[in-house]
Amino acid sequence: MKLSFRDALKESLLSLGQEYPALVVVTPDLAKSLRIVDFKQTFPERYISVGVSEADMIGVAAGLATTGLIPVAAAFAMFAVEKPFEQIRNAIAYPNLNVKIVATHGGICVGPDGATHQAIEDLALMRALPNFTVLVAADALETRAALKAALEHKGPVYLRLGRDEAEVVYREEKEFIIGKADLLRSGNDVTLVACGPMVAKALQAAEELEKVKVEARVINMHCLKPLDEEVLLQAARETGCMVTVEDHTRIGGLGGAVAELLVRKHPVPVEQVALDDQFGESGDAEDLFQKYGLTVSHIIAAAEKAMLRKSSQIFMKERR
Amino acid sequence: MESNGWEVLQLQKKAQQIRRDILEMVYRRQSGHLGGSFSIVEILVALYYKTMRIDPANPKWEGRDRFILSKGHCAPALYAVLADVGYFPKAYLTESFRCVNGKLQGHPDLKKTPGIDMSSGSLGIGLSVACGMAFGGRIKGQDFRVFVVIGDGETNEGQIWEAAKTAAHYKLDKITAFIDLNGLQNDGPTAREMSMAPMAAKWRSFNWNVIEIDGHDFPQILAAVDKAKQSTGQPTAILCRTVKGKGVSFMENQIKFHGTPPNEEEYQKALGELS
Repeated sequence: MKLSFRDALKESLLSLGQEYPALVVVTPDLAKSLRIVDFKQTFPERYISVGVSEADMIGVAAGLATTGLIPVAAAFAMFAVEKPFEQIRNAIAYPNLNVKIVATHGGICVGPDGATHQAIEDLALMRALPNFTVLVAADALETRAALKAALEHKGPVYLRLGRDEAEVVYREEKEFIIGKADLLRSGNDVTLVACGPMVAKALQAAEELEKVKVEARVINMHCLKPLDEEVLLQAARETGCMVTVEDHTRIGGLGGAVAELLVRKHPVPVEQVALDDQFGESGDAEDLFQKYGLTVSHIIAAAEKAMLRKSSQIFMKERR
Repeated sequence: MESNGWEVLQLQKKAQQIRRDILEMVYRRQSGHLGGSFSIVEILVALYYKTMRIDPANPKWEGRDRFILSKGHCAPALYAVLADVGYFPKAYLTESFRCVNGKLQGHPDLKKTPGIDMSSGSLGIGLSVACGMAFGGRIKGQDFRVFVVIGDGETNEGQIWEAAKTAAHYKLDKITAFIDLNGLQNDGPTAREMSMAPMAAKWRSFNWNVIEIDGHDFPQILAAVDKAKQSTGQPTAILCRTVKGKGVSFMENQIKFHGTPPNEEEYQKALGELS
């Protein structure tokens, strides 16, 4: 079953708008595209469109936060993060203001709009900013949980969503704890660490691997920062190899975060299922995933390679 | 507000003292921006001593008027004023400015310095933040005002005009922006480097209430602020004709003193002129 991120955002903002009287939505002329027109109609005094001006959106959100309100700056990832990045850095991250940046359209899953609208570097950018918490929602239900966790957290948060529908990972209300990953499947042969809509694909890959007697552990790393080091180190110790899976460049995103941790604390073979260092293009999302290497079979191939590297390490160790 | 002669004299004396404090900071630290700090002294003195609703003992008071130094490199002027009205000890000015572990960063920092309402330094952002603050006041039903100081070179930044349209569209009449027209930007005269003329017409065409004054003349500044307060439905831009390096003859209109600190001889001479 598939559910839409943007419908989830629409419904979450509506209900959280009731729950949090300090919540204010700021958007750059994207209310229709983000499906937050309902919020605008229900809470007109807490909805601000700044027109097509993303830098202004970030400054306005920062100013709102200084008065004690909780602004949610919402746009496509390209325009929420990449265009006004310096403003985010100096007007939100540095003064550590309580702004939530919520972006749809993360990754090449954007599809036909092409490379100009496919944010494939946003996680790397946002991870690099001190003070920021970086979240990625896997599906519709997690979108709501992540948004609530972001509102509860005091400090700047970036929440990345996909563009369209995602395969359902969570079927019932879940708790979202910042800094705690979700262990979705146990196994001791290899660990698949995924985020966003790629989590569902990692689960499918684990099912396929089970058919060939490979027990894959699956972790939804929905919080890239702070990273759940404990669950990753335990997985590294117990499974001995890892595959990271993300709709993002292989530079600086989930794969980067995991590698940075493991290289310091418990090095094991890590394979990355991610975009190579290049831009995407127009096309249906599934065709793009095929061309750019983000399918279930790519995850399976990466898992096999990681396990091969692990066993050759063991072999070399025993020969010595 | 009618300003009488005695009061104006007191403000002028205060401005001279603030200039001495700024000179002291920048000379001692051998770092900081003198020229642009001197051009906004009267604006800051008029705001902090006569205009703004503030409580230095309670810098986070929700009902306070807000101030944003969008041209953040002129922090020395703001620090000298904040210390003088009692936000922090005056000793910070010489012991802490631009020093490691210091409370007074090179550019304003709302986390480190009491009395700073918004961090700034990267040009062009402050007016958007002012809009956010004004929206905040409107949403929360508070009547505080928001004052911003913007450099003339800074108006090259596109974001200034993004914010200008937002403030006008939403009728954010609690915003008063001072545009410091000292005529010099980093590389040279604004007229040569990047002319923004006609400046007043630009703000008017963005549907702002525009007032043009001499930015070193207290009665004119105070009268303009009064007019700004009466503006309903329009934010106000007070275009201030100023002199970069104002108050020290050999620094006035000299690009050299944008970011170069004075040497000992220059310092002594400047101090003499400001005494």
